[in-house]
Parts: sequence; structure tokens; C-alpha cells
Amino acid sequence: MNRIIKTFQTLRTQGRKALIGYLTVGDPDLKTSERNIRAALVNGLDILELGVPFSDPTADGPAIQAAGQRALVSGVNLKQILALAARLRRSFKTPMILFSYANPLFRYGYDALCRDAARAGIDGLLVVDLPFEESAELRAPMKRHGLLFIQLIAPTTSPERARRLLAEADGFVYYILVKGVTGKRDRLVADAKKQISQLRTCTDLPIAAGFGISDGAQAREAVRHADAAVVGSALVEAARKGRLAALVRELATAVHGA
Amino acid sequence: MKHEPDARGHFGPYGGRYVAETLMPALIELEQAYREAVKDPVFNKLFYAILRDYVGRPSPLYLAERLTKAYGGARLYLKREDLNHTGAHKINNTIGQALLARRMGKTRLMAETGAGQHGVATATAAALFGMECEVFMGDEDIRRQAPNVQRMQFLGAKIHPVHSGTATLKDAMSEAMRAWVARVDDTFYVIGSVAGPHPYPSMVRTFQSVIGTETRAQILEKTGRLPDMVIACVGGGSNAAGIFSAFLNETRVRLVGVEAAGFGIRTGKHAASIGAGRIGILHGSKSYLLQDSDGQVQNAHSVSAGLDYPGVGPQHAHWADTARVEYCSITDVEALRAFDELTRLEGILPALESSHALAEAKKRARVLGRKAAIVINLSGRGDKDLDNIVSYKQKHRKH
Repeated sequence: MNRIIKTFQTLRTQGRKALIGYLTVGDPDLKTSERNIRAALVNGLDILELGVPFSDPTADGPAIQAAGQRALVSGVNLKQILALAARLRRSFKTPMILFSYANPLFRYGYDALCRDAARAGIDGLLVVDLPFEESAELRAPMKRHGLLFIQLIAPTTSPERARRLLAEADGFVYYILVKGVTGKRDRLVADAKKQISQLRTCTDLPIAAGFGISDGAQAREAVRHADAAVVGSALVEAARKGRLAALVRELATAVHGA
Repeated sequence: MKHEPDARGHFGPYGGRYVAETLMPALIELEQAYREAVKDPVFNKLFYAILRDYVGRPSPLYLAERLTKAYGGARLYLKREDLNHTGAHKINNTIGQALLARRMGKTRLMAETGAGQHGVATATAAALFGMECEVFMGDEDIRRQAPNVQRMQFLGAKIHPVHSGTATLKDAMSEAMRAWVARVDDTFYVIGSVAGPHPYPSMVRTFQSVIGTETRAQILEKTGRLPDMVIACVGGGSNAAGIFSAFLNETRVRLVGVEAAGFGIRTGKHAASIGAGRIGILHGSKSYLLQDSDGQVQNAHSVSAGLDYPGVGPQHAHWADTARVEYCSITDVEALRAFDELTRLEGILPALESSHALAEAKKRARVLGRKAAIVINLSGRGDKDLDNIVSYKQKHRKH
């Protein structure tokens, strides 16, 4: 069974929520980045998102844009990212999702990518700028190689559209809490509860909420309604300041205690 | 040959909609509104009335006799988009999109700009319709296109400087897309070229097709026949798509798109996405793209800010593959020489973008011979470029 599905099943039977963490691979270089990712994994991440840096990250705010720039300057590429994933897989059972923009994957070749990602122990792909309508080309090889296509749902997605998209989705739903790019927000959106409960009527899949969650209190608030909280920009910034392990512990305590 | 995209905006393997889910509903809504609007006689009547009375259309088709003589071959006709209000073809599209925005109940316009022509044209349309306007522009372009920045500010637009990446058009467009995600409810994103996610490539072409429609009627009236060749510069490709649109099914009319070769294709410092790029995905569509082997987008270079973009409209990619349009490229130096020649011979200052098309015409005129007629889309005027040309010439004299 795919590790993502298994993780959510286990957590569900235990009545627990999940912490999903994003880090840009190669920020500021491959070696430091691997050390950071390992620190995040041992301190309580339930699912890891490995961010593939891209030159034109149109859905990301300043923190992840800057992380991607640093990673690109260090010269990291997808091949090295998959090799890193394979190394992590030898030490951890944690589900891993490759989080990317479409072009680096397209350039690598969708088929080769899915084959190599599955070999490296990746469990799913999340492609920010590949909406459902353009995804068939990638989903076919993903299916062949046992990778899950993680569907993003936005506050602008209508319930009808959500139902149609999620009929084909697997693993979990990534619900974008805000109309905007990734990055810290002072407060979570007021109607997160309403939005997530509406999404429940569209799918039985676990729901992970992300975009804008940066501390334990916000993570706790998010998992009051959702099954998982996704944290990205805040982890990237904490890693810069040498506070990654502490933040992951804070988030894990908040999420797992909820 | 079919020139409309499929239901999801694909031109052959190109185009489509590669955007974050947050924007998908907005694009679907836009497509619906656009389809209804272009079928609505009231919308079209208003659009063409504004083009006539406000933009000053039809723009003339001018036989450049002294240029023809100097280039020693085919008769050269200039489609004078430089005479439009605001000085370029960009206004045709911004009027169309602003009308559509108003019809959709949006109160704010947002645009990216390179040379500043599209920014000025959007700010102008916003002023005309009493809308708010925000323009995203790279720092580097703000520096080299200062007069247009001031014009936009006088028109009431808010300029949003973009520092990321190369601080040019590519980065301005990335930043505009980020900003649009956050204000998608009340804001209409006015894309300035036949690029971006569906329906922008076909919508912008439709609003620019007035250039081709007029040109066709004008050349028939002047010469009694269709031209042998139509030449236009291609950055994203909107002026080219506009003028080509009326000749696509006339297989005897050769269509030539001119990309910017910058310092020369071999130097790697150019903006020839079709000539030297590979298929990729950027800013919402699949097309030819300047990128490295890891799929990271590379920086374009051109002396002309309006052509300084690493991608190209998806329909151009399709026209290139199907050989309906020939694509070639012109270097900075060749374009500057053509700028000088048109200025001195005809008293017309062309935009540096359009100077690329003129430089290509120079090469083609002699080959086609005196009996042939070439139409060149003079997409804009060069006033905005004067400072840039002076500093470019000084810099290169030193070296």
C-alpha cells in the first residue's frame, strides 16, 4: 500500500492529525538541505514535501522564492533531488511527496520522472501549476509507477468542480486556505471551518490545509477542521535561522496534541 | 487549416492552461465572458467605435518609397500602428480587455509590461473607463523605459517595481500572476501578448486581428492584390498574430515572424524562443521556451525591452511546427541600423521592436524583387527608446 494512504489510515485509527512539512531541496546547498530535512523528519513530520526549485515560482511568496533562488544558485537539479530522496528512504518510512512546478518535471520527461521517483521512494507528486485539465499526460505514468497525484483545491474552486476533480484524486486533498501565494499570514482565514466542512461534502479523502500556517497555534487551529496541517515558508525561514528542529517540535506538539 | 484552439485552448501540442487551481475558476469565467462578448453585436460595435474615435483607426498603410529605393527590391508598405493613440498596437487589445472587464463587473485592471507600451495602454484604458490600474514592471525595464513609467503614473496607474530574477518582463509577469491570485475577485488581469493561459492567446489575437483585417483591405485597395510577404516582430507575438490573422488561409502570402537575436544566437544572449528554445511550460502555457537542461527558464536578452522575453505565444509555436509562418531572428545591431535607416529616410522613428521587422525586410526585399510587395507591421513608435538607443550606442562605441 502507498505510504501516504497508510499514514492517514493509521492516524485516523489513532484519532490523530498529521503534520506535513515542506522544504526546498538544495537550500542553501544540497548538504545543508539534507541535514535540515533529516532534522525535520526526526522531530515529528508525518509527511515530507520535497520542494523542487524553479526559476519562476508564480505561486510562491517571498520566503520560498528566495529559497528556490538559493538552491538554484547552488546548482541543484532534479536528479540530485531524487538521489537525496533515495538516501532519505533508506533511513525513514515517512511518506515523501515531490512538490514542483510543471516545467522541471516536463523537461526531465514525465515517464522517466515517475520511474525514477518511484525508485527513489517518492510516494506522490504535487504539481502547483498543473491543473486537473492538463494532468492526464502525467497521471498515466504516475499510475503505472504507483505514485499518487495530490489534488489542490482552492477557496475559489466551486463545490461542483471540487467533486469532479476529487473523483479522480487519491491520498489526500491539499486545501489552499488563502487566495494568494505561499507565505506567512498573521491570522488564518476566518471561514476555514466553513470551507473545510463544505469540502467534506465533496470527498471522503483526508483534507490537509496549507498556505499561511506558520506556528503551533495556527497549526492547531487548522487541524481543528482539517486532518493535516501543511507548513512550508515558516520551515524554510526557520531553517535559515537555525530554528528548524524547534519549530517542527512546536508544530508537531500542536498538531498531535489536537 | 484550423487556427482556433481546441476547447481547452490547445494549438496542437501547445497552449493550454498551466496555472494554480486558485486561478482556474477565474480563467473559466473569463473564457465564458469572452465568448459571449465577441458574439454580442453591442460589444463589437462599442469596441470598433472606440478603436475608430479614440485610438484613431484605421491606421494607415504607407508605401515607404525612399526606404524601398534604399533597400533595392520589393515595395515596402508600413502598417502604421505607431500612429495609434499611445503609440503602439497594444491599445487595440487593452481596449478590448478593459471593455470585457467592465462587462464582467471588475473594477481593477492589472498588467505586466516590458517596454512599457502595454502598461501605458492598460493605464490609458483604465483612465478611459474610470478603473483602478496596477502595472508590474521589472526594475531593469523601469530604468530603460523611463518616459513610459512617467506616462503611466500621470495616467493614474500604480507602478509595482519587480526586483526578482532579471527584473524584466518575465519577472514582471510572474509577479503579476502572484498578485492576481490574491485579488482574483475584483481584478481583471490584462495580459499584453498572445501568451499566458487560455483564453488569453486567442483572445488577444482576436482583439489584435483588426490590424490584419485593415491591412488586407488597404493593400487590396492600393495594389489590387494581396502582398507577397507580411513581416512582423515576435516577442510574445501579439502584433504578429494580429496582422497574420487575415492572411493565414492565403497560402501564397508568406508570413515572417522576426525574433530578437540580441548579441547573436551563438552567444546565448538572445530572445529567440522559437529559433533556439525547446518546448516548455511557463506563465500558463506550453510553448517554445529558453531553458536549460534542468527546465529552469533562462534569461532572454534583447536591446528591445518588448522582445526581451524567454517564451513565445503558443500559436506561434504551432505555426512554426506547421511551417505556416517562417521564423527568423535579427540582432541588436541590425535592428539599430534599421532604426537609423527608417528615421533618416522616411522621418519615422520606429520602436526598437518594430525595427527588427524592418531589418528583416531589408534582407528579403532584394530577394523578392521589385515586382513584389512586402507589408511590415510597424507595431510602435520609437520615442520611448531614444535614451536607451543613445546609451547603447555610447556603450558599444567604447568597446
